[in-house]
Amino acid sequence: MTFTAWIIVTAALVGLSCGLMGVFLILRKQAMMADAISHTVLLGIVVAYMVSQQITGMSMLIGGILAGLLTAFLVQSLHSMKVRHDASLGIVFTTLFAIGVILISTSVGNVHLDVQHALMGEITFIPFTTTYVPGLGDIPKATLLLMVVLLIVVFFIIVFYKEWKITSFDPVLAASLGLPVLLLHYLFMTLVSITTVASFDAVGAILVVAMLITPAATAYLWTDRLMLMLILSGGFGVLSAFIGYGIAAWLDTSISGAMALTTGLIFIVSFLSSPTHGLLSRWVKPKQLI
Amino acid sequence: MIVSNSIIQVEHLSAAYQKNTVLTDINFEVKAGTLTSIVGPNGAGKSTLIKTMLALHPTLTGKVSFFGKSFEKAKKQIGYVPQRGSVDWDFPTNALDVVTMGLYGKIGFFRIPMKKDKQKAFEALEKMGMSAYANRQISQLSGGQQQRVFLARALVQEADLYFMDEPLAGVDASTEKAIMAILEELKKQGKTVMVVHHDLQTVPEYFDHVLFLNHTVYAHGTVEETFTDSNIIKTYGGNMSWLREGDKNVVHTTS
Repeated sequence: MTFTAWIIVTAALVGLSCGLMGVFLILRKQAMMADAISHTVLLGIVVAYMVSQQITGMSMLIGGILAGLLTAFLVQSLHSMKVRHDASLGIVFTTLFAIGVILISTSVGNVHLDVQHALMGEITFIPFTTTYVPGLGDIPKATLLLMVVLLIVVFFIIVFYKEWKITSFDPVLAASLGLPVLLLHYLFMTLVSITTVASFDAVGAILVVAMLITPAATAYLWTDRLMLMLILSGGFGVLSAFIGYGIAAWLDTSISGAMALTTGLIFIVSFLSSPTHGLLSRWVKPKQLI
Repeated sequence: MIVSNSIIQVEHLSAAYQKNTVLTDINFEVKAGTLTSIVGPNGAGKSTLIKTMLALHPTLTGKVSFFGKSFEKAKKQIGYVPQRGSVDWDFPTNALDVVTMGLYGKIGFFRIPMKKDKQKAFEALEKMGMSAYANRQISQLSGGQQQRVFLARALVQEADLYFMDEPLAGVDASTEKAIMAILEELKKQGKTVMVVHHDLQTVPEYFDHVLFLNHTVYAHGTVEETFTDSNIIKTYGGNMSWLREGDKNVVHTTS
């Protein structure tokens, strides 16, 4: 495949896996947790590099998972010690992120890892580091990582579909029915972390938030059914990847930036024109009597 | 205490929010097959009492047992109907689906709800007079209808003991009737129900037991013996103007 094709495939994989996870992030009202984890995985990746002295998909995943869980755990702990939830989120992720930034500039510095790259990502370079996979040929490492993560995410969404639904809608009921709500919460945070880590190389820490939240918020405007919301959200993510690449090629600008911009544009169009929740529909037809 | 047929035993229970102690030294027992209303002024800790008993809020001291067992062991026999405002009604799901959620514990991991589960959920909706709304998105239901969905969800759990937090708050008259009919039916089946209630007027009509709560239990017993002016004044404080059953001028709708 050409470099262009690999870039688009990678971007589409980011769009798809972030789109799926984003739906539950929004429904669990933890959209800002995505922001936090997208920053703290930097610390996880840096520490993983310092320990293993190399950047491999596996070490990054493990570092990212640990950082993500640490974030979720610290936020939860601070909150249970009477710090407001939003405040504890803000405290935890900025502190962990700052440690990551300091470690990069003091202890790592010389390699592939730099703050600019961590924040913005650079999808253009992805096709240069490939690895051989039997049956598939040479595949960019980042793309392979995203494929694996997408499979994991889809697997867990399907296996625990009804558990995600009930713990998102009514965690109190879930707890009173004897479901392991806390365990599911940390499993969910693990999935968010690996999605973020895998998307990190492509779109960077800041824009991964756009990919996690905006397509899901857009899908929410179009449907009242969870299954459809997942499909639409994943679809909007992929669509943003294609259109974003087109815009980037046309304007000769950052691909990840153009992708994030596209998610925003699709949201605005949906916000105006969605038949059920759109702004225009409110003006066109009066609110129906129930 | 060993020979009593109490299915709930609460001993020296206390609980707090942050630094404020909301419940202190709560002691009471509830017998099987009773319909108890928990009444008290705003902020008396009525919801907190239920939540603490069901381990949804941390206990400071004391213990609670159900059917002679700990909550953990009795969990499956207990149904809880939270306040309507405790969930996000914009969640992308329909009424039937919400009721089916009451069965998730029984369905277990790695299984999807089967036709018979959906059937059971539908029957519960039917019982609450909501079968026509089974496929309605939950945000498009009125407050009373949402409350009926919650009740239906509790019914499918087939619990022996139910806790309900303000099920009659802000619902229309016909919903109130439907809910009370269901509570009566549960009682006939020998089930036990504890309801946080805000309307003193309807206590004698709807319930057979009453528990007066204001941070601690002021009185608890049968409505005939316990629902007295002096207990009401004691619990609510001095200037409680209160209409007795005979004085009130309320006509119930016949729908």
